[in-house]
Amino acid sequence: MASLNLLVAVALVYVAILFAVAFTADRLAATGHGGWLRSPLVYTLSLSIYCTAWTFYGAVGYAARSGLEYVTIYLGPTLVMIGWWWGLRKLVRVGRSQRVTSIADLLSSRYGKSNALAACVTILAVIGVTPYIALQLQSITLSFSIFAAVEPGQNGLDNPGTSAFVVAVGLAVFAILFGTRNLDANERHHGVVTAIALEAVVKLIALLAVGIFVVWGLSGGVQATMARINASDLGTWDMDPGRWAAITFLSAAVFVCLPRMFQVMIVENDEESHLRTAAWAFPLYLMLMSLFVVPIAVVGLDLLPAGSNPDLFVLSLPLQEGRDSLAVLAFLGGFSSATSMVIVAAMALSTMMSNHIVMPIWLWFQRGPGATVSGDVRYVVLLARRIAIAATMALGYFYYRLSGGGTALASIGLIAFTGIAQMLPALVGGLFWRGATRLGALSGLTVGTVLWLYTMMLPGLDSADWIISNRMISDGPFGIGWLRPNALFGISGLDPIVHAVFWSLSVNFLVFFVVSLVTFPGPMERVQGAQFVNVFDHTPEPRGWSGSVAQSEDLMIMSQRILGARDARALFDAAAAEQGIADRLPEPTPDFLQVLERKLSGSVGAATAHAMLGQIVGGAAVSVEDLMAVASESAQILEYSNRLEAQSTELARTAAQLRVANEKLTQISLQKDAFLSQVSHELRTPMTSIRAFSEILRDTGGLSEEEKTRYSGIIHNEALRLTRLLDDLLDLSVLESGQISLNLSDGSLRSVLDHAVSTAMAGSDRPLDIRRDRGAEAVAIRSDLDRLAQVFINLITNAQKYCDAQHPVLRIAVSHADETLQVDFRDNGTGIPPHSQDMVFEKFARVSVEKAGGAGLGLAICREILERLGGSIEYVAGYDGAVFRVTLPAARALAAQ
Amino acid sequence: MTRRRSPVFLERQNYRRRRWMEAARLMPLLGAVLFALPLMWPRPDDPDVVAGAVATVPTSSAMAYIFGVWAVLVGAAILFGWLSRGWADTDGAG
Repeated sequence: MASLNLLVAVALVYVAILFAVAFTADRLAATGHGGWLRSPLVYTLSLSIYCTAWTFYGAVGYAARSGLEYVTIYLGPTLVMIGWWWGLRKLVRVGRSQRVTSIADLLSSRYGKSNALAACVTILAVIGVTPYIALQLQSITLSFSIFAAVEPGQNGLDNPGTSAFVVAVGLAVFAILFGTRNLDANERHHGVVTAIALEAVVKLIALLAVGIFVVWGLSGGVQATMARINASDLGTWDMDPGRWAAITFLSAAVFVCLPRMFQVMIVENDEESHLRTAAWAFPLYLMLMSLFVVPIAVVGLDLLPAGSNPDLFVLSLPLQEGRDSLAVLAFLGGFSSATSMVIVAAMALSTMMSNHIVMPIWLWFQRGPGATVSGDVRYVVLLARRIAIAATMALGYFYYRLSGGGTALASIGLIAFTGIAQMLPALVGGLFWRGATRLGALSGLTVGTVLWLYTMMLPGLDSADWIISNRMISDGPFGIGWLRPNALFGISGLDPIVHAVFWSLSVNFLVFFVVSLVTFPGPMERVQGAQFVNVFDHTPEPRGWSGSVAQSEDLMIMSQRILGARDARALFDAAAAEQGIADRLPEPTPDFLQVLERKLSGSVGAATAHAMLGQIVGGAAVSVEDLMAVASESAQILEYSNRLEAQSTELARTAAQLRVANEKLTQISLQKDAFLSQVSHELRTPMTSIRAFSEILRDTGGLSEEEKTRYSGIIHNEALRLTRLLDDLLDLSVLESGQISLNLSDGSLRSVLDHAVSTAMAGSDRPLDIRRDRGAEAVAIRSDLDRLAQVFINLITNAQKYCDAQHPVLRIAVSHADETLQVDFRDNGTGIPPHSQDMVFEKFARVSVEKAGGAGLGLAICREILERLGGSIEYVAGYDGAVFRVTLPAARALAAQ
Repeated sequence: MTRRRSPVFLERQNYRRRRWMEAARLMPLLGAVLFALPLMWPRPDDPDVVAGAVATVPTSSAMAYIFGVWAVLVGAAILFGWLSRGWADTDGAG
């Protein structure tokens, strides 16, 4: 028989080993030698704190009462781990990028760094976890009592109260020593994690050893064990489907929501890739843990005396069979399960309590006239955390003493699970739905918690007969039947667990969803929501603090108080170096403030860090004005670029215009050259004859009078021709330059034509028969009559000169067409050959060289004049003779009528 | 906020990778269904069982089924972990 003293000695040695392991691991990590401490294996084993004493001892008891239903407690986490790629990976990524310290911190951070939410979650966690800690204390005490029962009265440890107290104090010391070494809860607690990894190995080996002993030692192999199971009371499959599904779901939910699980899985996570290993290794661990549960239960029911506590079969079966060392191993396994859970739970709870309850209150008291933080915050936070650990343990201990340590405590496991699971809607909604709001999360959480207390806690208190009467349970409050805690809305007959889980969680989800839909999130919430939901997109950092008001000195003082002088100095120096400033404090740029807030939040939680920085910097981090400023900034940039673009298109257009103008100029220059050469040619011809004949007159003696007269006549004629040419050129240049001033007056077309015909025919030696329709010519016009007459004279003279008919006839026809007045000059000659028709209106264009009488400027002048007068002149092809059509705007003609 | 535009078609390797991710996402669902299947097994108080038409399932068979499914899921998780070991972090967001 194992003596109780030996057991105590073994336990003390084991605890000493744990202390040594934790201490060594911390030292190794501090000196940078602990690479293996960060291995995926250690991470996986640390997750095993999910298996507490409740599962180590309780699973067998559960199986003895309800058969295979106990596996549901492990199936939920298995499913969550296997779906890591979908869910846990995101949670871990968010946790690392936001440097969260606990589940309360994560939720508060997601919902706009709201401290109210964090406080609510913390309180819920304390309510849910305290009974759980009590349960662990009870299991350790019970296991002591099993040994004490064998050998009673040796020392005080068989008194349950004493042993529970000793264990509670010991665990508190361990948690304080290794859990609050460094302030940054985000830094890894290598000591604690390594110790619980070791404990995970111990409890697995212990349970497997007992299982192997039972199957092969007591039952004679797998076949025989299976036959024994089938022959027992648990031999047939008989599960309540509702409970099966509800508990599987519950355990899956709780696996991520439990503060201690969150601590080891998210906060202590070193590398995201560790999940890849844990995804299969942890389900394997759970499977091994539950593999021998049913055989142990069945064999225990068979071999142990009736009335034995099935919760302790793991321990009492080896003792009964006289395997003391196996019993001690089993004891160590149970002890490991209990202690590791209590240590991590106390650490997680203490972080939450100090960050979300103590610090805000302390900050509130500190809020003096000077907006800086005074006092040593480091010390305050650490002290708060240590006191919180002690308080958590004390709560657990008193809960254990008050509840009397009876079987009522055993059923508390699922009740606590349901309470913790109330965080699930806010957590899942926050990770996957950007529309989730703070108010939605708060109200869902509150309603769910109230329903949980109402449907689960109240009926549990019934036997104690404390606050409520049995009547209220059976008839509902104030006799309202549909409010009965066991049968809400009149739905009775459900299993109490299923009933409570269904109502509390579904109403929680519904309220969360509906309130989120109808409320509007603040700017901070929306920024954080986007960061959480799109964590894999690497969204750019939001514009956080505007540092213009912040004082670097104040920030430095505050950081020193939280991070410690050395770390703060290092952080500020690094930031200064990054900003390119040497030997000075860094500028409080938004980027730097962002980094600083993250760093501080690792120590005191997101909400507190936010509030502390807010005290110094002043003002909210992201206001609507900020967002609007960002928006208007980008709008300005957009506008500027639009303007640039418009300018560049305009430039391109101008360049194109310039090119066109340049081409035109080049062309005009060519035309000018051609014109000049034409003009000089035209001038040269008469000048040559003038010179020649004047030389003859000068140098030749003995010229007859007749000859003299003829030669000077030629000179005179040529001089006239020159003058005419110069007159025409001058006329044309005046017309082309647009400097002509029109002398508008009223008159009739007939008188203009009369004047033109008489002028053209005066002094003419060639006969021309002009036929006119004087009736049609009786049209009043308003125009520059002299210029118009000039055009007509020119046309008549042309006909006179170029008409090659034997009896030249010129018909002048006047007609009205639409809005215009047309005057046709048609002769009976051969007309202008087609290839010259395009050319006739050009300068110096002559139809035939031999008939050259003028300079070839007449028609060009006509065209210019008519353009000035608003009309036109064209050559009409297709008649027998040459036809020139002068078109005048009829509006003028009509107006004159 | 600008989003990365994903191409319409992926090269073969990425295509395979996407399909594996979808399979991995479905794995917990498959596990849940498999673990829920025993709920349809006959129970001692079912009318059919009372009438003797069908036999109940012995616990040993139930254990074999549940632990078998469990082992298969562990194996599948090992396989996916092995396949996904070199994947970029940002792949398959959400």
